[in-house]
Amino acid sequence: MTTKPKDDVAVPGSLLSEVKEANLSDLKEKNVLKALADEYDKMKIKPGESVGLVAAESIGEPSTQMTLNTFHFAGVAEMNITTGLPRIIEVLDGRKNLATPMMDIYLKKPYSQGQDIKKIALSIKETHLQDVSTEISINLADSRIEVFVDDAKLSEIGMSKQVLFSTLKGEVKGLSVDLRKDFISFKVKNKEEGINAIFKMKEKIKTLVIKGIKGISQVLPVKRNNEFIIITAGSNLKKILPMPFVDETRTVSNNIFEIEDVLGIEAARQAIIEEVYKVIENQGLNVDIRHLMLVADTMCASGKIQGVTRYGTVKEKVSVLARASFETPIKHLIEASLYGETDHLKSVVENVMLNQPVPVGTGMIKLVTKEEDTKEEKKAK
Amino acid sequence: MEENYVYKKVGSVSFAMLSPKIIKKMASAKVVTPELYDKEGYPVDGGLMDVRLGVIDPGLRCKTCGSRLKECIGHFGYISLARPIIHFNFIAIILALLRITCRDCSKILLPESKIQQFSEKAKQLNPADTRSAIKKLITQSKNNKCPHCKARQYKVTIEKPTTFLENDRRISPIEIRSRLEKIPDDDCAFYALNSNVARPEWMVLTVFPIPPVTMRPSITLETGERSEDDLTHKLGDIVRINQRLFENINAGAPEIIVEDLWDLLQYHVTTFFDNDVAQLPPARHRSGQPLKTISERIRSKEGRIRHNLVGKRTNFSARTVISPDPMLGLNEVGVPEIMALKLSVPERVTEWNIEYLKKFVKNGPKKYPGANYVIRPDGKKKKLTEDIIEATLEELQPGYVVERHLMDGDKAIFNRQPSLHRMSMMCHQIRVLPFKTLRLNPAVCFPFNADFDGDEMNLHVPQTEEARAEAELLMLVQTQLISPRYGLSVIGCVQDAISGNYLLTKKDFKLKRELAVDLLASVGITDFNELPKKEIVSGKEIFSVLIPPDFDFVGKSRSKEEPELIIKSGKLLSGVMDKNNLGEGSGLLLRNLHKKYDASFAVDFLGKLFRLGIAVLLKRGFTTTIADTDLPPDASKKINEIFASSEKEVQALISQFNSNNLEPFPGRSARETLELKISEVLSRARNETGHIVAEYADDSSHTIIMANSGARGNILNLAQMAGCVGQQALRGKRIEKGFNGRTLSCFKKHDLGTEAHGFIKSSFKKGLKPAEFFFQAMVGRDSLMDTALRTPKSGYLYRRLSNAMQDLRVEYDGTVRDASGRIIQFSYGEDGIDVSKSEGGTISIPRIIQSVK
Repeated sequence: MTTKPKDDVAVPGSLLSEVKEANLSDLKEKNVLKALADEYDKMKIKPGESVGLVAAESIGEPSTQMTLNTFHFAGVAEMNITTGLPRIIEVLDGRKNLATPMMDIYLKKPYSQGQDIKKIALSIKETHLQDVSTEISINLADSRIEVFVDDAKLSEIGMSKQVLFSTLKGEVKGLSVDLRKDFISFKVKNKEEGINAIFKMKEKIKTLVIKGIKGISQVLPVKRNNEFIIITAGSNLKKILPMPFVDETRTVSNNIFEIEDVLGIEAARQAIIEEVYKVIENQGLNVDIRHLMLVADTMCASGKIQGVTRYGTVKEKVSVLARASFETPIKHLIEASLYGETDHLKSVVENVMLNQPVPVGTGMIKLVTKEEDTKEEKKAK
Repeated sequence: MEENYVYKKVGSVSFAMLSPKIIKKMASAKVVTPELYDKEGYPVDGGLMDVRLGVIDPGLRCKTCGSRLKECIGHFGYISLARPIIHFNFIAIILALLRITCRDCSKILLPESKIQQFSEKAKQLNPADTRSAIKKLITQSKNNKCPHCKARQYKVTIEKPTTFLENDRRISPIEIRSRLEKIPDDDCAFYALNSNVARPEWMVLTVFPIPPVTMRPSITLETGERSEDDLTHKLGDIVRINQRLFENINAGAPEIIVEDLWDLLQYHVTTFFDNDVAQLPPARHRSGQPLKTISERIRSKEGRIRHNLVGKRTNFSARTVISPDPMLGLNEVGVPEIMALKLSVPERVTEWNIEYLKKFVKNGPKKYPGANYVIRPDGKKKKLTEDIIEATLEELQPGYVVERHLMDGDKAIFNRQPSLHRMSMMCHQIRVLPFKTLRLNPAVCFPFNADFDGDEMNLHVPQTEEARAEAELLMLVQTQLISPRYGLSVIGCVQDAISGNYLLTKKDFKLKRELAVDLLASVGITDFNELPKKEIVSGKEIFSVLIPPDFDFVGKSRSKEEPELIIKSGKLLSGVMDKNNLGEGSGLLLRNLHKKYDASFAVDFLGKLFRLGIAVLLKRGFTTTIADTDLPPDASKKINEIFASSEKEVQALISQFNSNNLEPFPGRSARETLELKISEVLSRARNETGHIVAEYADDSSHTIIMANSGARGNILNLAQMAGCVGQQALRGKRIEKGFNGRTLSCFKKHDLGTEAHGFIKSSFKKGLKPAEFFFQAMVGRDSLMDTALRTPKSGYLYRRLSNAMQDLRVEYDGTVRDASGRIIQFSYGEDGIDVSKSEGGTISIPRIIQSVK
């Protein structure tokens, strides 16, 4: 099975530049390039190769060896990262609500050297009313909620009582807010509210956002490769990227849907690849990036992120039987009967069901031979 | 065997609903009585086991097609229902249709203008979106009058599972059916129904198809009693209640009785289709176990689709315990003779091989190598027995097929579950051997993930030339050497073979030439010209005999003395062979050998390498002893000092914490900071003891040799045996669980010290204290649980991935597409490189530069 090397092999640029960098003499470079083209041609994937299954195997097989753990981030409490198998499942599922959303915020020049780093970090951290108050109590007699503000804590986040009061006024609806001497009072405008409603109100008031960016519950400035970055628990790319001190070219979130939303599907694809690769590398496993690319491309092929689930990529399949063989077969068969769907047996499982060759690999080739006429037949013609 | 050729292929499969007309048309019998058999045990005419519906008893003939048992595939029957019954699986569709159509004229509840608009829009939508779009459109219009006939509309609700209500008044299935009947075909299309194959009124059954007897065969018990299939039971219920309903209606029974029976019939029909409906009690056997009806037969892992259609069973396969045999080739499998007597390979008789095949026939089925069956050209299969051997020998002529016993050199597919990647099923050459286990070369354990603690493996013998050819060309062990996962060798030396080669290639290994020749000969090398002609040869020189003379390689060794591995012109000049070079999944030595020469060479080379390693150990002797973990008194003293100082440090930290002087890390409480600091001190202490153990360990002790070569274990294991076991961590923390305020009752409450939270100061050799032992058991149990929880999770992920991606293939234009032809990637992996042909995922430019003159 020796094939002649073709004249027009398009070797990827990265390999070519690697040859260029070696600074060889002209003649040698020419020969090297020739050899490279030859090797590249031999290394190319052959038509019919069932790359999807190979990719699935390459991710599925090592996933049995992964550990099932989340580990704590050094430094800050309640800041842990989902890694290992749960994280891979999370990404491939296309889950919108992550167990531990996170961002790595890179900063622009003066700040990345550490200037005002703490202040910046705190300014994006989501601060709730309860964080700056000593006590939140219900005054049943007047059916109002009294919030006692801790002045020290308030000044720590750089806020005055007046500012707090006006932000609160803007935040709450249907409540009248009063700044009293030593507490802020919230009163329900509609007097008919029962005690239950007041209790509910109290819970709401506790978590009123008074400062920072929604969703960012923890911030941690760290030094990475000679520059300061801010790692956050919670993610909100949309709000973070426009901030003046943020280097928007490098800042990343681990929430793929946010990336898709803000930066587009190609960025999301890259994010899927990187997120999964990070975990696999972390576990000391070796999986070629091409397999991850293929998974990411399958997930993003429709233009939107679809998880590898019965609601996502599997739903996209044209074949009824292929869908039915995965999950909820009854549902798919019933649906198929409603439109009178026809399964043209173009993919693998249907043909397995019918004991026919599958259309990948050697099963893809249809050999047509022209039978030579026998002597009698020739005469007849 | 002409009939074995595929004449026809299924081109497509279409799905549609059964209309009452079709049900009647495809039925070959009308079922009128729930009885099954008469007194003689013969199926009753018009009963559920009617012989017109197919036969399941030997000796009977089907009245419809005239064929016998197993030939007759069965035929449908039908019953007419006394009153219409709603088909449970279409409930959601019926409800939606009732809501979006007029209760009077059954037209869609949209004015003409909007209908036009929507039909334009619907063309671009997929069915599911069309449905939600029209539902939304109609609820939005909020018009409670029909735009066509101006009839007032009421809200239709459903009382699960099968009752429809309009303004809290029940709509009978009769009315539902008549409403659905009136929906025009065009309006059906708005709800994405293809009215050619699925008219809405068919969702309310008036005739009921009775599935053939052959899909619900009865079993005859030992007592001679018949036990009917679950479906037959259910059908009996349906027919009986239907009969009663008919009678009551005809007798003019009060409406309430009729309605009760009607509901009962509805229940039976519903549970016939699905016995796992949320609001219905499942229909049960008399013993209380739920009946397995249609839906249960199809769905889930044990259902028809995943169990029978996608998963197949095979003949010509075998399974037994495996055991190692390094003398076998990497691509061989040792098969016990008893297996070889049962497994067979069909071989066609021709003029040229008739004498050869006659020998097998002559030996018969009991003497190896013989034959089990002979197939005549007309397709008749004859089992060879002692008495017909003579006759068969005479009869044998070209065109016959002899199924002869498995022999050396036959190809078979060897497999170990879980078959997680393609290297879990590889083609091996048969070697028929005595004894009763399947044997394989230990070097192929890694791709199979096999060990010999009782593992069993399967063997499949391909039966056609095509299958054999594919197995040989695509699945043979040598074709699977390079993993498609990371582009490196998956087969390498393991365990003793690594230790052996490590010892051999170490600097001080010297051997007399005769002994070296002896060693090499025992490996299977016969050409000793490469061995230098001097009295004493070094290990490296012996090793170099294996390497082809034109091979160059530069790599790394684990050894500190000779970190660089240099092979020049087939001579190992520097470096020690260890796991980095010989092991699986690491290093380019094996990869490059595979690339430069070919796969068969690599397999052969590996086999020799493996045997060489073992032969070295056999000559030299290799065992481990508990004395390997002995430490000199200095070392023990040093270790004790470390413990004493770290204990002091921890105590200092605790007292700092207790007096509130511990400055917390930013964002952490003082308690957490204490934990972190203690953990740090303790892990430092453990590492230091590790260093001491490593420092004092004798490099020539076998335990260390194993660790250094990477064959098994590492210094950490040794440190745990000799020095100290270290901190036991549960979920990334010190052990905290247990009693109130303490981990075990032998500690004081609120003791924050090292021992009370799982630090094991003892070594394994010294033995653990009871509390230490318990802590270790805790951690051990935790990790067991982790594994047990992980396996199904990763299994499910894998199933989903493979299901989603199995249709992707590379097309002739280099793109990756799915089954519908949609492009997933324009070029596989952006550069089109096949990982299993690459060198760890890339092309090594330095190697090319070196190889080009």
